[in-house]
Amino acid sequence: MTDLERTAVVALRDAAKHFGPVKALNGVSLSVAPGECLGLVGHNGAGKSTLVNLVNGSFAPSSGEVTFPGGPEGVRSVFQELSLCPNLTVAENLSIAHSGLKGRGWRRPARAEILASLDTVFPDHDIDPDAEVDQLTIAERQMVEIAIGFAPRGGSAKLVILDEPTSSLDEGIARQLLSHVRAFCAAGGAVIFISHMLGEVFAVASRIVVLKDGKVVADRPAQDFSRQGLVDAMGHVAAEGTQSTITRIAHGEVVIRAEGLEARRGEVVGLSGLAGHGQAAALARLYLAQTSDWRAGRGARAVFVAGDRPRDGVLPLWSILRNISISVLGRDGKGGFVNTAAERSLAEEWKQRIGIRTNDLTNPILSLSGGNQQKVLFARALASDAEIIVMDDPMRGVDVGTKQDVYAIIRAEAAKGRTFLWYSTETEEVCQCDRVFVFRDSQISAELTGDQITEDRILEASFEMMEAS
Amino acid sequence: MLARYRILLPVISLAVLLCLTFWMQPRAMSYFGLNLLFNLAVPIALATIAQMIIIMVNDIDLSLGAFVSLVACVTATWLNDAPLIGVLVLMALILTYAAMGAVIHMLELPAIVVTLGMSFVWGGLALFLLPTPGGASPAWIRTLMTIKPPFIPMAVLAAIIIAALTHLLVIRSKLGTVLRGLGGNTRSIARAGWNVTALKATAYGLSGLFGVLAGMALVGLTTSADANIALRYTLLSIAGVILGGGEFTGGKVSPTGAVIGALTLTLAASFLSFLRLSPDWQIGAQGAILILVLTARLLFSRKGAAT
Amino acid sequence: MTMKPWVWAWTAAALAFAATVLLTSGRGAGELAYAALSFGAFAAIVGLGQMLVITLGPGNVDLSIPACMTLAGTLALKAMGTTDGTAFLGLAVALATGLAMGCANFVLIWLLRLPPIIATLAASLIYQSLAIWSNRGLRIKPPEGLADFSTGRFIGVPNLAWIALGLAILVWLLLERTIWGRWLLASGQNARAARLAGIPVQAVRAATYLSVAVFAALAGYLLASFSGGAALNMGAEYLLMSIAVVVIGGSSIAGGNSNVPGVIGAALFMFLVVSMLNSYGAGAGIKSVLTGTIIIAIVIAASTRRSRQ
Repeated sequence: MTDLERTAVVALRDAAKHFGPVKALNGVSLSVAPGECLGLVGHNGAGKSTLVNLVNGSFAPSSGEVTFPGGPEGVRSVFQELSLCPNLTVAENLSIAHSGLKGRGWRRPARAEILASLDTVFPDHDIDPDAEVDQLTIAERQMVEIAIGFAPRGGSAKLVILDEPTSSLDEGIARQLLSHVRAFCAAGGAVIFISHMLGEVFAVASRIVVLKDGKVVADRPAQDFSRQGLVDAMGHVAAEGTQSTITRIAHGEVVIRAEGLEARRGEVVGLSGLAGHGQAAALARLYLAQTSDWRAGRGARAVFVAGDRPRDGVLPLWSILRNISISVLGRDGKGGFVNTAAERSLAEEWKQRIGIRTNDLTNPILSLSGGNQQKVLFARALASDAEIIVMDDPMRGVDVGTKQDVYAIIRAEAAKGRTFLWYSTETEEVCQCDRVFVFRDSQISAELTGDQITEDRILEASFEMMEAS
Repeated sequence: MLARYRILLPVISLAVLLCLTFWMQPRAMSYFGLNLLFNLAVPIALATIAQMIIIMVNDIDLSLGAFVSLVACVTATWLNDAPLIGVLVLMALILTYAAMGAVIHMLELPAIVVTLGMSFVWGGLALFLLPTPGGASPAWIRTLMTIKPPFIPMAVLAAIIIAALTHLLVIRSKLGTVLRGLGGNTRSIARAGWNVTALKATAYGLSGLFGVLAGMALVGLTTSADANIALRYTLLSIAGVILGGGEFTGGKVSPTGAVIGALTLTLAASFLSFLRLSPDWQIGAQGAILILVLTARLLFSRKGAAT
Repeated sequence: MTMKPWVWAWTAAALAFAATVLLTSGRGAGELAYAALSFGAFAAIVGLGQMLVITLGPGNVDLSIPACMTLAGTLALKAMGTTDGTAFLGLAVALATGLAMGCANFVLIWLLRLPPIIATLAASLIYQSLAIWSNRGLRIKPPEGLADFSTGRFIGVPNLAWIALGLAILVWLLLERTIWGRWLLASGQNARAARLAGIPVQAVRAATYLSVAVFAALAGYLLASFSGGAALNMGAEYLLMSIAVVVIGGSSIAGGNSNVPGVIGAALFMFLVVSMLNSYGAGAGIKSVLTGTIIIAIVIAASTRRSRQ
């Protein structure tokens, strides 16, 4: 054991985790020291989640070892998917994770502790500790979850694992989190920070570890990486942040006007603004109004691409094939019967076009990684004849390479005359759109077109009224 | 709907039904009148609480009626004749309930089917014990159930005590909070280091305890038992939980509401007999009242959502 | 080799049959098979309906099946009034009653947004009252031709079994080959995702709740004809039975997955178990305990087999 390992909060030595023949993690040696913020990056399926699960004790390693020189107490995980009990209050959720709170009068300290933690991480938050979690917005829930992660809970947090913590947070709140992480590490705490937003990783990480195919391919201080170098290390040549080189062309007639939005034929319309300001709800209402609860989807004008895959998109018991074809059964079927031959060839075609990584389309959809499941959902939507494609933040948790593939397909389909309504929490994506609506408090605060679409203008429209009030 | 408003509608529907009853039959507005109206409410309230605890952890118990019947048979025979054996048998029944919860969780069985199977088992055992109606209530239970406290009739007082105690147990205590959390998000409870199997067993055990209390209370009122005495409690208890503002999934339940729901169901039966409705329609009218109250709840929650 | 879930139900049914026949050393095997196929047919018909509803996903179950059977049987027999040649009139009345009850159930679920368990429970109380009111304690006999048909055979197999088989094939085709079937299965897995994928989820749900009521009404009509008249409690045992055969048959109670052959096998099994215990001279209590134990054992066996895969 080296000196570094002795003082480490957690040390992995040649740790591997196999699921049957699948080597999710293939021999990783790594240690995290107090005061360190480790940025962990890698594609979907690179082994990040498995690594996290080894560190927080959810899995035991198949071989190698995971040690906690100072004991395993104080290791906390904040998960990517929201994992609070929605029927309990904020304070009760803290108490679930705090076994010391029991007996008579456990509520008062629970309330005080979660409030203190929220105040520390997110100054001027507006969360009532007695509010039930399902009354909170997604962003607020994520804030609560993070605050529970950093709360003392009868000891103190030594290592906090943040897995995509900012995926539902808007930029202002995310910045508060990043500065808290820096402060936490400066005070001797350790953080493992996983994010697809490389800017954030550079902003907080003191060291960056790149995972690829279950192995560490780079492990260096953050300042030794450039953005491009990091993307290259992950194994994709496509660079982040390249402005699309499309020329903005004149679009056709208006095909839809609803919810204050307007979109023309062949146009890619972006919805932006701070997360949770009504964009997703507006899109869902718009989509539901375009389709019917009662009549079949044959020739429906609109299709929907979900971002929240388990909730809105994936049909979990089915194969990849059936998940793709569900949107076109009515079109290709004969006399109410499914046309299995057409179904098969259509799915094969889209597997090629969008690059779904599987050797058999009859495999269950859940055998795919998140990014590939997302591709299936794209294929489902694009395979239909619908002229309007509604996308609710579909790039959540999708790796850079897949994103570039999908951007290209969106552009190609738009050129054929299809209209895209695209809500994204990543400003950079919105900047590629032809027209952008910025939301604030469930209302449209700005409509930008052409050269007006810049990150600055979008931010301005998202924030300006907030500062005025 | 927020938790604190979840209780409003059950209270209102009970109050409306009570006013209607008093209006139809002013003599019911008395100590003895109330006692008569809510006579059978105590066992139903206890059974409703038992069902609520199961619904709270996202399961449903289709065996509760048969279980309460079996407990009634045990109470009217063994507990009366040989109290020690009776107590042991009843404790064994509670433990069986806890084991059922553990098995359902460990083997990932659908609760609706396991309890369905168990309903045959309980029913068979009850038939075995008391093939024909009979037995007698232990004197102390009889005394307890027919006690006449000053000012407030026993049935009403007992309902208030049951509501208060279960509120403390389910809503205020740490254990109740964790169990409700289990209904809300099992994974997060497991991640926080709780033993989910033990928690499920605890929930089912508690439910079994309330089921036993319901059976004993029932015998105290009826003084004898038969194998089918409480079969309708399965559906009554489910209806009571829902009337009381509970939901089938997500751990959203209200013990006070459940007790009020049970009172409402009991009162509905009495109300219909005051109406001098043809017996043909009595059952149907109960169904109609159930639908009416739930419709009111819908309007209520829509209003809540709009504000 | 992976065994289909329905193999369990059929194996169990065969074992129960063998155990009974063994006791009587072969005598009465024909009668037993006839009775199993006839009574099994009722359980199969209501089970198929219940299976469609359960496929819709968690919380979907129809508790009004017994009341539907009773009301449809009562009204049909009343309409026929023992006059010969009115069998089709009776059938039409039964099916129309079923449709009406299905509509009423769905309206409660859809417009009032009641949980299906509560909606069908409350509605069944009303149907029960209607049946009591229209029946007036009279027991009207079915027309002779209809009674003969419902107890008769075709190529040695009871007519009822043929009807159940026909319905089973119909439901199987619907689920496996048609677009509606796909929609139903998708809605059962995740209703919100299905709706967002363009499936008319409400129409699927409506059709399903109508079908289950029509299936129950048909079963009630046949049962009343078979047993020589409608009785007020004639549907009672089919409440738990309909759910039990779905689950024993290997359909997932969580929805989105259904199993037609399993329902048929389970329906035969449920009857054969009871007759097996009867022929071994078991009392009512023991019979009930063993039936329950067997249901649980099968569910456990099916689940451990599933988790080993």
